[in-house]
Amino acid sequence: MADLDQFRLEVRQWLEDNCPASQRLPITREEQVWAGRNKQFPSADAKLWFERMRDKGWTVPEWPSELGGGGLDERQAKILKEEMKALGCRTPLFDLGIWMLGPAVLEFGNDEQKQEHIPKIARGEVRWCQGYSEPGAGSDLASLQTRAEDMGDHFLVNGSKIWTTNADKADWIFCLVRTDPDAKKQEGISFLLIDMDDPGVSTTLIELISGESEFCQTFFDNVKVPKKNLVGELNKGWSVAKALLKHERKLMSEIGGDTPGPSFGPVQAALEYVGKGADGKLKDAALRDQLVRHEMAYRAIGLTHFRTFEERMSGQADSNVPLIMKYVGTEEGKRKEELLLALLGHQALGWDGEGFNEDEKLTTRGWLFSKALSIAGGTSEVQLNIIAKRVLGLPQQ
Amino acid sequence: MALVLNEEQRLLKDTAKDFLSANMPVEALRKLRDSADETGYSREQWQQMCELGWASIVLPEEYDGLDFGFMGLGAIIEESGRTLAASPLLSTVVLGASAVLLGGSDAQKQAILPKVASGEITLALALEEGHHHAPLNTALRAEANGEGYRLNGAKSFVPDGHSADKLIVVARSSAAPGDAEGLSLFLVDGDTPGLQRQRRNMVDSRGAAALVFDNVELPADALIGELGKAWPILEPVLDRGRICLAAEMLGGALECFERTVQYLKERDQFGVKIGSFQALQHRASLMYIELELAKSVMFDALTAIDDNRADLPQLASLAKARMNDVFELVTNEAVQMHGGIGVTDELEIGFFLKRSRVASQLLGNAGFHRDRYASLCGY
Repeated sequence: MADLDQFRLEVRQWLEDNCPASQRLPITREEQVWAGRNKQFPSADAKLWFERMRDKGWTVPEWPSELGGGGLDERQAKILKEEMKALGCRTPLFDLGIWMLGPAVLEFGNDEQKQEHIPKIARGEVRWCQGYSEPGAGSDLASLQTRAEDMGDHFLVNGSKIWTTNADKADWIFCLVRTDPDAKKQEGISFLLIDMDDPGVSTTLIELISGESEFCQTFFDNVKVPKKNLVGELNKGWSVAKALLKHERKLMSEIGGDTPGPSFGPVQAALEYVGKGADGKLKDAALRDQLVRHEMAYRAIGLTHFRTFEERMSGQADSNVPLIMKYVGTEEGKRKEELLLALLGHQALGWDGEGFNEDEKLTTRGWLFSKALSIAGGTSEVQLNIIAKRVLGLPQQ
Repeated sequence: MALVLNEEQRLLKDTAKDFLSANMPVEALRKLRDSADETGYSREQWQQMCELGWASIVLPEEYDGLDFGFMGLGAIIEESGRTLAASPLLSTVVLGASAVLLGGSDAQKQAILPKVASGEITLALALEEGHHHAPLNTALRAEANGEGYRLNGAKSFVPDGHSADKLIVVARSSAAPGDAEGLSLFLVDGDTPGLQRQRRNMVDSRGAAALVFDNVELPADALIGELGKAWPILEPVLDRGRICLAAEMLGGALECFERTVQYLKERDQFGVKIGSFQALQHRASLMYIELELAKSVMFDALTAIDDNRADLPQLASLAKARMNDVFELVTNEAVQMHGGIGVTDELEIGFFLKRSRVASQLLGNAGFHRDRYASLCGY
């Protein structure tokens, strides 16, 4: 414990010395630094902060230091996270490669693939996107049809992927493709890395109800992909995908975080837009009850995150508990957006133009965007199926 | 480590589980009910529980306690909830002894606590006067009378109040109902003249009483703490009670849930196990989720008592509100998913349903605690 206390002090000192003041303010979507060949920095401070964290390996604190990571263990990484949060330090680098592909390559990739891809992710040199769902394969992911034909020295890929988030800005895509059309559903699937610059790859934007277009559809038309881009064994991509989905679930269950939204939380919004009466209580009793239910639920969820961590640390891990977090995080996240909408009243109903400030418009858009949370990464209904089957052991039809 | 049990606490939990399933299964509560037992629990078994150290577990060593903390006691109480074990543990050890410990004089502590630890006496907290939990609304009057005090008024619902050797009575010595000021605590022998105790037959088959105080004369040393200044003592006592009761409810809900999931795996209808129906699977998964969240809250709430944390009131309300909701959900679903047999007295699920509603009302319903939590958070 003494070592960890010492580590905490060092981390705090380093962050205080190295994190520019401007990088300790709440972040907006425009201010996020995303990885990529053509990285954009919103300010000189953001660039400096990114470079310092990169050089320390703390863009990916838990990855091996010889591959550009920070080499921290889980406890140390948690301390770093806590100290960054305490100081308000921004996440220096955003990328699906950090959250999803990297962990999969570290687990399933060969040495050559690790050397090739991991340091680039750690240094933010390449931006990754994900190619899982297809127009005909959503919740039923294993029925995917994008074909990768073995042509001897390469695969020939044909088909399309949907909900490829930020594919228009990504440099590479990691894909699930069908390599054996005759095998049973899950068994003929492989995990392939594809350079978005390759001939035959194209992407179109999909406009959402929130007015945003970060989701895309990506098309593959006779795309030649080198054999070395296969991660894990041929036709064994489903196990890679499952491991990755676990990371995605975890990511989506971590409520709050860096998701851009209004600068206020529900309590602040309630005090500002509803106000308190002489008795010190929120003027609208029904909204007050809705607010307190949400706040109490968030506290219970936060405590459960903390409990799973402590259980892991003390070797009493109940591997079932993380399965509930995607469901509760996204469902309560949606309730939070509904709550904010209700608290702001008319002021959360503006689309653009005059009469609504930036926070109010973000509330409206955030509410609409939140509807995707319980669909992406496995719908809530699929999560409940998984719990019924894997945790409760209920019979399957 | 606050959100997991340590080795000793796990051992304690396992021991409790073994003892309770061997000696006090739900069947024991049915027997108490069917024999119209006067006490509402088995004195012999309570003595055994005391010998196992359950009455002394949270008491300081100087009063023959084990000083083992609420995390350990909570684990025992959770197990007692699984078998719906009837005992004066909550009344005596959590509510009664806490009031003496937090508010009493050295002499009172010396006189009461070692006897609680040994099982020689039981206690009960006489608080409720109305239809709902409302500690500040206490109206039962306490007047100075020479050197001592005189009590007049009534208590409507006192768990274990008919059998307790001594009562801790919440009374009003000044100000008006609704005020935190003017509340006082008195230690009253169960056989004091002027005190009438009427056993109430509750739906959960546990013991409770209505009390009438008709010119009950008390000596000066019956007062616990300062006259009119009981609220700062009573509130943490109630919070301990709320958290420990919530631990019992968690145990009851877990047991009820596990029995129901088991039934879903066994019952055939339409030629298949009913657990294969998605309409039931999703509802079962939702209960599992609620219970896992509840476990985390319970751990933190029990830790908050042991660490004397400033946010204890929030955690108590968080825990009680959540367990009220979850226990209600699980018992309702358990009855429904068992189908016809679920509404029979033969099946034990009904005992859980009945206990859940009594426990919900005890020490504050969910609305009370959400309102309190909101106020504590400044809105």
